[in-house]
Amino acid sequence: MMQWLADLGRQGRELIESLGRSGQFLFGALAGVPNARVGFPLLIKQLYFVGVLSLAIVIVSGLFIGMVLGLQGYTILSDYGSEAAIGQMIALTLVRELGPVVTALLFAGRAGSALTAEIGLMKATEQLSSMEMMGVDPLRRVIAPRFWAGFLAMPVLAVIFSVVGIWGGMLVGVEWLGVFEGSFWGNMQSSVSFTSDVLNGVVKSVVFGFVCTWIAVYQGYDCVPTSAGISSATTKTVVFSSLAVLGLDFVLTAVMFGDF
Amino acid sequence: MAQRKADLIVGLFMVAGMAALLFLALQVSGLTPKSTESSYTLYANFNDAGGLTRRAKVSMAGVTIGNIQDISLNRETFQARVAISVNASVDNIPADSAAVIRTSGLLGEQYIDVSVGGDVASLSDGDTFYTTQSAMNLERLISNFASGQ
Repeated sequence: MMQWLADLGRQGRELIESLGRSGQFLFGALAGVPNARVGFPLLIKQLYFVGVLSLAIVIVSGLFIGMVLGLQGYTILSDYGSEAAIGQMIALTLVRELGPVVTALLFAGRAGSALTAEIGLMKATEQLSSMEMMGVDPLRRVIAPRFWAGFLAMPVLAVIFSVVGIWGGMLVGVEWLGVFEGSFWGNMQSSVSFTSDVLNGVVKSVVFGFVCTWIAVYQGYDCVPTSAGISSATTKTVVFSSLAVLGLDFVLTAVMFGDF
Repeated sequence: MAQRKADLIVGLFMVAGMAALLFLALQVSGLTPKSTESSYTLYANFNDAGGLTRRAKVSMAGVTIGNIQDISLNRETFQARVAISVNASVDNIPADSAAVIRTSGLLGEQYIDVSVGGDVASLSDGDTFYTTQSAMNLERLISNFASGQ
């Protein structure tokens, strides 16, 4: 019994300590803006790895999710003779919810895990400590560009996801099932508002990008420098990011669309 | 050389993102640059505002001429007081026009339709519609019909 209590206390303390370390780490990464001439090429390189290389999975998933929404929406709405409303249904679902959330989940799986594994391996092979020996701050040189890249890439990916999804929905609804194109776009335009739907979706994806990248780089930086440690850190990145995204999504939705 | 190629690809990626946002703005949410047009405010009192919501459209002869800014309760008359923002270009609404709450389709959203009057004078900023017609209440209609009134 005492042993159990002691274990519980130790775990709690470790959790708080880990939170504290991640806070300090975040501050170090954000405050340590490298000078533009050195930092910018590093940022571009990371944007390429984190953003451009995630495009394929984001576009393919967006297309299929849009097509599924079109099919499902048509089947349900045609019972009520209002299949022309699939335009607004697809657009609102994608722009408000699925765009930011699914992109963040894919991003955590595709880019977040890669970031964790890369930084974890750098730590295990003592590249980070050798950088410190040479007087280069690894937070500035390694972490900050990756962090900013994830932060910037995520909203771009989410917006592209929504657009591709809407196009996929149009493909199914208008081209295959024969919904009138004018009412498809017309219903969409009359119900989607730029500020309260599109921009709120972008805000969501910015928050998710921040959280996912933070978790990914922190898990890599803080991992146990062994092969088992790296694998468990990678798993943690995906699990924690997914949970954080889904939980935060509820909070953000309640604040943005909850009407209170 | 490799760095320049990466610059180019990332640049294209960012441009694709902006194009996507532009698409969402123009094609999906139907945002037009014209929407910042100046407007003036009119008021209308209704016995029953029904399902009228903020930002719902205000139309005249089927053409949208403004939107609803605010709906509040007048605590003296216990009526709904609706503030309507009308585009400044429509500045000659006859003073005896009526504001009517209508429903688009059978189950669609509610909006205000301005029925044109014949007065020479026109409504200006801050004026109140003299005649109004409240929302059609489907339940009341059915119960009236069922009780044979």
